[in-house]
Amino acid sequence: MNIIVCVKRVPDSEARIQLSDGKTSIDPTGVKFVLNPYDEFAIEAALKQKEAAGEGSVTVVSLGGPQSAETLRTALAMGADSAVLLKTSAENPSGLPVARALAGELGGREYDLILFGLKAIDDDQHAVGGMVAELLDIPSASAVTEFAIEDGSVRADREVEGGSEVVELSLPCALSITKGAYEPRYPSLKGIMAAKRKPLEEKEVSLGEGNETVRLAPPQERAAGRIVGEGPDAVPELIRLLREEAKVL
Amino acid sequence: MAKFQGVDYFDTDSLLSEEERMVRDTVREWVDDRLLPVIQEAYIERRFPRELIPEMAELGVYGANLPEEYGCAGLNNVAYGLIMQELERGDSGIRSFASVQGALCMYPIFAFGSDEQKKEYLPAMARGEVIGCFGLTEPDFGSNPGGMITRAVKDGDEWVINGAKMWITNGSTADIAIVWAKTGELDDISSIRGFVVPTDSEGFTARDQKGKLSLLASDTSELAFHDVRVPDSALLPESGGLKSPLKCLTQARFGIAWGAVGAAMACFDEARSYAGERVQFDGKPIAATQIQQTRLAEMLTEITKAQLLALQLGRLKDRGSMRPQQVSLAKRNNVDMAAEVAREARRLLGGNGILVEYAAMRHMANLESVYTYEGTHDIHGLILGQDITGHAAY
Repeated sequence: MNIIVCVKRVPDSEARIQLSDGKTSIDPTGVKFVLNPYDEFAIEAALKQKEAAGEGSVTVVSLGGPQSAETLRTALAMGADSAVLLKTSAENPSGLPVARALAGELGGREYDLILFGLKAIDDDQHAVGGMVAELLDIPSASAVTEFAIEDGSVRADREVEGGSEVVELSLPCALSITKGAYEPRYPSLKGIMAAKRKPLEEKEVSLGEGNETVRLAPPQERAAGRIVGEGPDAVPELIRLLREEAKVL
Repeated sequence: MAKFQGVDYFDTDSLLSEEERMVRDTVREWVDDRLLPVIQEAYIERRFPRELIPEMAELGVYGANLPEEYGCAGLNNVAYGLIMQELERGDSGIRSFASVQGALCMYPIFAFGSDEQKKEYLPAMARGEVIGCFGLTEPDFGSNPGGMITRAVKDGDEWVINGAKMWITNGSTADIAIVWAKTGELDDISSIRGFVVPTDSEGFTARDQKGKLSLLASDTSELAFHDVRVPDSALLPESGGLKSPLKCLTQARFGIAWGAVGAAMACFDEARSYAGERVQFDGKPIAATQIQQTRLAEMLTEITKAQLLALQLGRLKDRGSMRPQQVSLAKRNNVDMAAEVAREARRLLGGNGILVEYAAMRHMANLESVYTYEGTHDIHGLILGQDITGHAAY
């Protein structure tokens, strides 16, 4: 079982984000970058599959700047076997050119399964996984919380509004993984040492045209709360506001 | 629970390698996820959270700076120090557990043990399957360990150990004890040797020390040896004289110099965040008052100095040129600093500062033990005094 996991380096969810001067990208100064948390679920799922099968390999692939090598080494420290960095100087490339570059690389490799995180927490596009599957002409399922492989096919539980859906796909296929059965392991300290010795191949890629980011904007500051009165006397007014203004009742 | 973002005013992160940062971040995350949610209750219940032993083993915390051939992580000493920093950011008791297992038990087996002993114990201890404790201090011999009266007498191909040890971290949890005893006359310090004593040996008893007001989430015991017989193979063959246990203490003190910084970082972080939220007088947070600002400035200044001290100590150790006196300076400074920061944090927190829901008073109480163990603050002053002047005053 050869599994490829596509991962992305993203700002830490607790990082304070400032926009760069042109307002089309974020200023990376002082921002801590991490392995995209959804991709951690995908790596964990891949490692579990490999451990259960007792054979096979897990390859992690990332597209990004030279710093993405560190993100790949985190994945290697968790237990992936090898890594490929598709190096680009493009800032915030959009989904389709990234998917084309990944499909170009993955198309030349042997794989049974390609895993993605549901989405990257920086731009929230949910785009690349499905696009790569389409470009490679393999079946795919998104928002998978758990899956099992049997006789050349995958049975996957998908998260849908208010419940779950079970789908079957034939191998090879692509899945995007969300929070569910795969609680990511910590990279062990031994794993961190071992990661240095695992292969990490770097290749330059050039990206095609995609969406252009015109402007980024921070979310609107939340307005301060309002105190409508005190004690039981304030209740009718509070209920009126909750009904008419907040529209939550 | 919010993730800890670190306290790093002088960008010391840029002095760390990627690997060192990755190790630190891994343990940091583990402490946030697994240790902090249980530590308050464990502390109140006066219970060492044993359930975390296998998890720390899985991470690779025990003896993390010992070689990979013995199942250890083979990290450098800076990475090891960062582990201690993060564990003690959680609680001194947990860091103490890891220090004892790694620096005081695995290290002497590694440094003074036979090949058989290394193979038998080190991988199992790295896996957390065998827990160790370290018996040097005695009821009447603390700062003066050379005065110990525990003796080991050769009888055929066995050793017979008699005596008592006190203030033994992990004492009632441990499977083995590294016991230091005189094999010659009581006035012969050079006859001190180390033994690996299984705690289920006949004549061995460990009793919890009651009434502690510090390190409540840690086992502290008194060990007693009544004609405890161990085979000759229990002797650590390369150990000899008081310098052997002192070498172990140098290893552990190195970790303490880093650990104390972690406790101080936790207290500063808590104080800063509390000051920003606590509103008194005219709707302003106390963070906007001069007294709390200078208090926080003082804390941050001292933490920053201690961070740089620990880091350079680690670099010296990795280079092989660290002197024990430098460890004394760092342990002495950093623990004193941390105790001060914890106290100031507790004061900034006002009445809330005495509650276990906040970490400051727990750290403050813990650090009084850390101030005293592994060479008291005063004794380290005397070690430095001797190094400076050439005169021993102890």
